[in-house]
Amino acid sequence: MTVRKFRQADWEEPLVFELSQEGRYGFHPPEVEEEIREKINVERLIPKRIARETPAGLPEVSELEILRHYIHLSQMNYGVNSGLIYPLGSCTMKYSPIINEVLAGHPMLTGTHPDQDTSTVQGVLEFLYKLKQGYISVTGMDDATLQPAAGAHGEWTGIMLIRAYHQEHGDLAQRTEIIVPDSAHGTNPASAAMAGFKIIEVPSGPDGCINLDALRAVVGPQTAGLMLTNPNTLGLFDHQIAEIAEIIHKAGGLMYYDGANLNAIMGKCRPGDMGFDVVHVNLHKTFSTPHGGGGPGSGPVGCKAILAKYLPVPDIVLKDGKYALSYDKPQSIGKVHGYYGNVNVMLKAYTYMLTMGPNGLKEASELSVLNANYIASKLKDIKGLSLPFAPEKPRMHEAVLSAQKLNEDTGVRALNVAKNLLDYGLHAPTIYFPLIVPEALMVEPTETEPVEALDDFIDVVKKTCEIAYTNPQEALKAPVNTVVGRLDEAKAAHPKTICLSWRRLCQLNEE
Amino acid sequence: MSRAHPYLPNSVPKIKRKMMDEIGVKSIDDLYVNIPEKLRFKGELQVPGPYTEQEVKKLVSATLEKSTHLKCPPFLGGGVWPHYVPSVVDEVVRRAEFLTSYTPYQPEISQGILQAIFEYQSLICELVEMAVANASMYDWSSALGEAALLAKRLNHRDVILVPSYISPSRLAVLKTYTSPTGMRVEKVNYDSTTGMMDLEDLKVKAGEKTAAVYVETPSYLGFSEENVDAIGEIAHENKALYIAGVDPISLGVLKAPGSYDVDVVVGEGQPLGNHMSYGGPLLGIFACNHDNAIIRQMPGRIIGITETIADKRRAYVMTLQTREQHIRREKATSNICSNQALCSVASAVYLSLLGPNGLRDLAETCTSKANYSMHRINDLPGVKAPIFNAYHFKEFTVKYEKKKASEVNKVLLAHGYQGGKPLKPDFPELGESALFCVTEMHTKEDIDGLVTALKEATQ
Repeated sequence: MTVRKFRQADWEEPLVFELSQEGRYGFHPPEVEEEIREKINVERLIPKRIARETPAGLPEVSELEILRHYIHLSQMNYGVNSGLIYPLGSCTMKYSPIINEVLAGHPMLTGTHPDQDTSTVQGVLEFLYKLKQGYISVTGMDDATLQPAAGAHGEWTGIMLIRAYHQEHGDLAQRTEIIVPDSAHGTNPASAAMAGFKIIEVPSGPDGCINLDALRAVVGPQTAGLMLTNPNTLGLFDHQIAEIAEIIHKAGGLMYYDGANLNAIMGKCRPGDMGFDVVHVNLHKTFSTPHGGGGPGSGPVGCKAILAKYLPVPDIVLKDGKYALSYDKPQSIGKVHGYYGNVNVMLKAYTYMLTMGPNGLKEASELSVLNANYIASKLKDIKGLSLPFAPEKPRMHEAVLSAQKLNEDTGVRALNVAKNLLDYGLHAPTIYFPLIVPEALMVEPTETEPVEALDDFIDVVKKTCEIAYTNPQEALKAPVNTVVGRLDEAKAAHPKTICLSWRRLCQLNEE
Repeated sequence: MSRAHPYLPNSVPKIKRKMMDEIGVKSIDDLYVNIPEKLRFKGELQVPGPYTEQEVKKLVSATLEKSTHLKCPPFLGGGVWPHYVPSVVDEVVRRAEFLTSYTPYQPEISQGILQAIFEYQSLICELVEMAVANASMYDWSSALGEAALLAKRLNHRDVILVPSYISPSRLAVLKTYTSPTGMRVEKVNYDSTTGMMDLEDLKVKAGEKTAAVYVETPSYLGFSEENVDAIGEIAHENKALYIAGVDPISLGVLKAPGSYDVDVVVGEGQPLGNHMSYGGPLLGIFACNHDNAIIRQMPGRIIGITETIADKRRAYVMTLQTREQHIRREKATSNICSNQALCSVASAVYLSLLGPNGLRDLAETCTSKANYSMHRINDLPGVKAPIFNAYHFKEFTVKYEKKKASEVNKVLLAHGYQGGKPLKPDFPELGESALFCVTEMHTKEDIDGLVTALKEATQ
């Protein structure tokens, strides 16, 4: 056992409001020049009936106190670049390279306004255009938009394209269903529902892939399309994909590719070649941009030529050697973002693409697959764990283990395995997803983890399972080395005790 | 000789071989056996590179440097505004523990970001005087789209009334969000002299089909809506939801939406410590009253306060997750998963730094400078600023009597200034006009320089 001792920093940090002392400032905005002050009387300017009478109840704290407060909070958190392995299945928590951050802070990017004359932002438009070209090549599509701000935003945008297509072909009233496998991410059905479709779920077969008979049974003239990720959420590549695409296309439906799992296949195979018509990719997964505690991400959408005219406006075009924004798309679904999407995130993805190059992207995928199979092959032999759905098949970038037997034998659940990992300074895998695996542990190590980190992870899982069999009470205690132990989640959601702000907390304390 | 890529520790041939041996495969391709031969990609991806860090730094910097160095920040607003980002904000959001973490699914090891987002929610609540704010939406536009969908879920009605002075891009996004649901977006006229929403027109259009009435203040055209109380009364008389859209900086001097009885507040958090970055990432503000019916229909993540089971210590956790897509799937209140979390952390730091007095000072500075600019521009022959007789916070309209707005901007650019956004394409009734924005980023020298260039451009 090589893993090290871990104790998360704990500052018992008060809320920033509790640091407040009347009169303190953390920052001074510049004062107005005297000549302006002489001419403009602010108090007389603002009509009384819309003026703020009492200042906002913000805290009054000095600069150093605020800096320390938030650095303390950061130390009470866990990131890929500061922790150890972060094998959150389906989230592709790979290293976020520092050079990407450095370049994304360039003032020629950060200081530009989206409504500037395009002649003044040629550098920004150039990298966006080139990122789009690279994206099109990696996904095997004909065109793309970079506008969606996140993966789910991209899914909804993509389904809106499918909707526009059926609308133009006059059969939207009839094509009301989007088919989604039972192993899909929750965003898939949610996005399709937001785009106005009814969701039809198809079961996976015993090999973890789509059950073709079940698929044929639900496909018909009412089918608008199918949403699929391949490799799927079990980490298995569905080899029947060409047949699936044929079934859907023959029925007049379209194929949507959820790019959440693209990290397995860059340069190996492409959604466009598999028969997909529209795709989104999470730049914050495959293209290394940081997840930021939950965002901002970026979810560009690519599509085949038949859907290109429906893409959101504006499009970034190259004309006579100049980059421009084109709104000339009368059949566009419109806009999905106030401007052009999370451009700053896109620069990080662009930088990543350049640092990897075509062969580097391919090698990254190959090594993500190697790492996942290495972990899967070791974990599946641990007493209490199993690798459900075709254990003999190689996994792609992730593997889903089941702790069902461990739970039956010892009472220790997947949740407890996850919490034990935290105690060793390793992040937990995704748990209880996909829903078709009982007591699921969904592990995605990514290619940026050295084999030593994989071994540490395997060791801790193994040790936890051993303890579960010898002394289950011990395994149920975790976590104890993190800032806090287990939380009362029911209290957080109960109508009487729910508290979502400092304002509410003060009210509750008064009552 | 090919070197192991710095990001790929297991690409060292010896390590790779050993790992393959342990799994029992001869080659990497043995792991890809399930991909049918005919689907395998045989070509080379059309991607430049690879470049070393030193090369990529030079290359990407050179690309960005192709953009134009302006003499001062652009005089543009409308949804993204030039504001100063204090150094402490950038320092905090660069922290690897925040930057490279994901959604706090494991709360015990994620108290830091959970508390930071709870603080963001709390600071927004103070700013808008509401009891609940969510962890973020993508931007103001998508927050508005989601607010419309929320209204329909609550009252099952189909029309959202918006002022004609709404931002064109927010209107476009609102239409995209509502189009699959059968909802209709209807515009309410504004007074051509004062800009205020036409209350008579609102009364005529509001009715039993009205799901929500939306007001924007300051409006996209820069003036502040003064009838916020009356508009709310009309909305509520018709049992419609009242939604307000705000620029948070303006709330340093303008009254909070909570004081005029709104049900939902949306807005753009970019000016609170987030760089413009050509329009993204932005930060969609979404707040509401402590009304259980609304809270349970809210979109997006929400952080709540709770305590540890063992020692009853205060702690933070994602709550009301049963509304969300990963549990409720197609019945979720929204599909949103990744949001703009780090931008909300930036805004928490920003609002803490400024405090109540700093925010008021900043808002006063912006409005002083904008009004100074307006007066100076209005003194130019053949130019009128603003078009509307009302209070303007930091944005204002400028009308050109002799020149086209696009031509004026060309001359300004030749002098190194990015002028206001031409309005005629979206507001033909305003003729050749532009929307300018002036903030604390513009010095008196910048403003005076702009006025001199404008004088030349409009002659």
